[in-house]
Amino acid sequence: MSQSPYISGSTSVSVIMLKVLLALVPGIVAYVWVFGGGVLVSLTLASITALVSEGVMLKLRNRPVRPFLMDGSALVTAWLLALALPPLAPWWLVVVGTLFAIVIAKQLYGGLGYNPFNPAMVGYAVLLISFPVIMTQWPAPLALAHAQLGFADQLHYIFSRGLPVDVQVDAITSATPLDYLKTQLKLQHALADISQAPVFGVVGAKGGELVTGAYLLGGLYLLQQRIVTWHIPVAFLAMLALVAGASSLLDPVHYAGAGFHLFSGASMLCAFFIATDPISGPTTPKGKLLFAAGIGLLTWLIRTYGGYPDGVAFAVLFMNICVPLIDAYTQPRVFGHKL
Amino acid sequence: MISTLFKFHGGVHPPEHKLESAATPIVEVPLPQRLVLPLRQHVGNVPKLQVAVGDHVLKGQLLAIADGMISASVHAPTSGTIVSIDEQLIPHASGLPDLCITLQADGEDRWVEHRALEYRDLPKAAVLEALRAGGVVGLGGATFPSHVKLREDAQHPVRTLILNGAECEPYITCDDRLMRERADQIVRGIEIMQYLLGAERCVVGIEDNKPEAAQAMRDACRLSSIPIEVATVPTLYPGGGAKQLIKVLTGLEVPSGKLPTEIGVQCFNVATAYTVHRFIHHGEPVISRVVTVTGKVARPGNFEVPLGMSIAELVQAAGGAAPESTGFVMGGPMMGFNLPSAEVPVVKATNCIIASAPDLFPPLPPAMPCIRCARCADACPVNLQPQELYWFAKSSNLEKARDYHLFDCIECGCCSYVCPSRIPLVQYYRYAKSEILAADKAKQAADLARERNEFRLARIEREKQERAAKHAQKAAGAKADVAGDEAKKAAIAAAMARAQAQKAEVVPQNTADLPPAVQEEIAGIDARREAVNEEKQEN
Ligand code: SF4
Ligand code: SF4
Repeated sequence: MSQSPYISGSTSVSVIMLKVLLALVPGIVAYVWVFGGGVLVSLTLASITALVSEGVMLKLRNRPVRPFLMDGSALVTAWLLALALPPLAPWWLVVVGTLFAIVIAKQLYGGLGYNPFNPAMVGYAVLLISFPVIMTQWPAPLALAHAQLGFADQLHYIFSRGLPVDVQVDAITSATPLDYLKTQLKLQHALADISQAPVFGVVGAKGGELVTGAYLLGGLYLLQQRIVTWHIPVAFLAMLALVAGASSLLDPVHYAGAGFHLFSGASMLCAFFIATDPISGPTTPKGKLLFAAGIGLLTWLIRTYGGYPDGVAFAVLFMNICVPLIDAYTQPRVFGHKL
Repeated sequence: MISTLFKFHGGVHPPEHKLESAATPIVEVPLPQRLVLPLRQHVGNVPKLQVAVGDHVLKGQLLAIADGMISASVHAPTSGTIVSIDEQLIPHASGLPDLCITLQADGEDRWVEHRALEYRDLPKAAVLEALRAGGVVGLGGATFPSHVKLREDAQHPVRTLILNGAECEPYITCDDRLMRERADQIVRGIEIMQYLLGAERCVVGIEDNKPEAAQAMRDACRLSSIPIEVATVPTLYPGGGAKQLIKVLTGLEVPSGKLPTEIGVQCFNVATAYTVHRFIHHGEPVISRVVTVTGKVARPGNFEVPLGMSIAELVQAAGGAAPESTGFVMGGPMMGFNLPSAEVPVVKATNCIIASAPDLFPPLPPAMPCIRCARCADACPVNLQPQELYWFAKSSNLEKARDYHLFDCIECGCCSYVCPSRIPLVQYYRYAKSEILAADKAKQAADLARERNEFRLARIEREKQERAAKHAQKAAGAKADVAGDEAKKAAIAAAMARAQAQKAEVVPQNTADLPPAVQEEIAGIDARREAVNEEKQEN
């Protein structure tokens, strides 16, 4: 005999994950527009790897395979990782990263709901530490590249690192603006001069800012659909803007402004899709604010002073560690209780 | 007069399904032949039987009289003969039988002598006493004896009297129809309540999905001798929960574990006000109530039903249940429960009967793991962290669950309703609550046993010393007598002190000062728990 309540709302885990995937579509379209169709290959590779490894692991762990494959969470992890990797990453990099995310960071911790770390970011961080050169080698946006690769060429490059005879690697890659900015600043160049470089767009990275804008669009859809609450995106972006804005105000020669930080690298992807992963994040409203502000601050610190071009992954993973503490100290006031 | 409204945290908007039953006027059901009246239809003591098998009784005649302060009387809904007094299934979530009076109607429906009370000419205590004898209890579902809540308390004077006409649960429309059709009588009842409590302000709270009821109440209140506000509150489940409605109307929160009078508020259901009026102005005790019958029935609607009529017969009055119907839920879909049988009677707590079917209330798919999405926390009207409570309940970390205010959970079901992983969260809380209370009880029993043991040891010790003293006495003569006595006294005193100290330690932590309604709920949980255990053993 079942107990009340006898009715339930219509949102299920699959619906949530599906909407997250849907919200990523504008970003993917912009990505293809800017960097070519190579990313579609990464997405497909990551998706297949994620589903197969998740299925195998579920089987090994004696869990029902169907419902957990249908929940869509593996696909979300796969897509986020694929989008975080350089667009023309070799096929094995995508596969290794996804395997790490799904098998180690997710399934070995107990599967859906039990992973303390954001699986996509674990995959990303492992790749960044293990293969730093490939991971920081970004192809230039099509508009900037000295040589254009067609989709077939991109495919060829992804699977065998082979390039058409007349194209050199240098011709298709470039430093990302975040990277470029850091090396140039180290060379004691002034920001005003650096930002004249062709890699920079209106506010962020040339081309990249378009993708970032598309992520923002998808993020707004998630907010409107109440898949995410405002706390994490707002706190993350506000903190990032605050420290970036303040530092560039104090020392405009050496620090990039808020707009640049918001529209470069994985900022928007992080704000709406990565930091908002519910499983590895805090649950209380205040906790979400703290958590996301922490990620914003750490991201800026790593970008500005750290050894890696973008700080999102490590910032997220570090804040993941703090989640139990954050939750414990941000319990809201219960009805009828004093604080 | 428009007063400011406040908000409570969370809440959900389940589909209302009120139109089905709200469209038609209240219908009086044909008199049943057999009525089964549980002695206990309220929170509190079981009333004392006043009749025996074979007695002929008249309509409105006292069958069982309230026993003690928190208790309510039971009356005959029609005239007839008492044919049995025995244990029968009652409409309770536990599914356990309880003592019931079975009345065979004689078809004459002849009233016992009854008359109105000139309540303003009587001392208030006498009016309250009358209400206690009249079987007046809260009809919103809690069935707490009303006379207790209508008592003036110098320490906690009631400034605001709130009438709950929110009716926030889906499907239920009995209060809606009552307000539309009998607003003036409800207002007469409110006047009596206001008089008894000496409240300065009276507010009727009605959710804004019942504009006709609100209008009817407004019109009736305008004609009242006292100022009564009618406030339409936003439709948001569980806005009709007493604490939630109080918050919305006054901005005040009833402190955890305390009664509303703590903050100068008292809250009654509108149907309760109606019965107060019927009793005081017409001398009619509570022998019938309005019940919504809806769901998979041919003619959903509201019915004036004599208490004791079987659910099966009542459903017949609504045109019968559809063939696909698989059972009956008493109450709403959010907080109601499955009836153990269609043969159970309508009682004072029966506000709604829903003929359920799998397409109406689909069985939950297998639960997924919690994804920590906090939707439950966002929906919780008590601002709890249901996902944490779930975690603690699941891992039997019951102390932690208590620390995270498990006992503030009102089991409204909002968290389960929104959970995308379809985890039956409330079931975990019910389980955890009953486990904790059972553990508390066991601990008390163990402490008692230990205390007894201490006394036993003290006695043995004393006897030993007495024996020693006797020996000494023999040896040392009369002088030792005093010493022996002293030792005896000392030993007893030491034992008593130990026992006292221990007793002081074991004051049950959370349950001692709970209001009776909660304790009743706890009793219910206990019963359910036992039922579940029995089930387990059977399997
Ligand atoms: S709504 Fe369900 S899945 Fe989400 S946090 Fe609450 S219990 Fe977990
Ligand atoms: S059932 Fe309890 S925990 Fe769940 S929403 Fe209601 S009060 Fe909160």
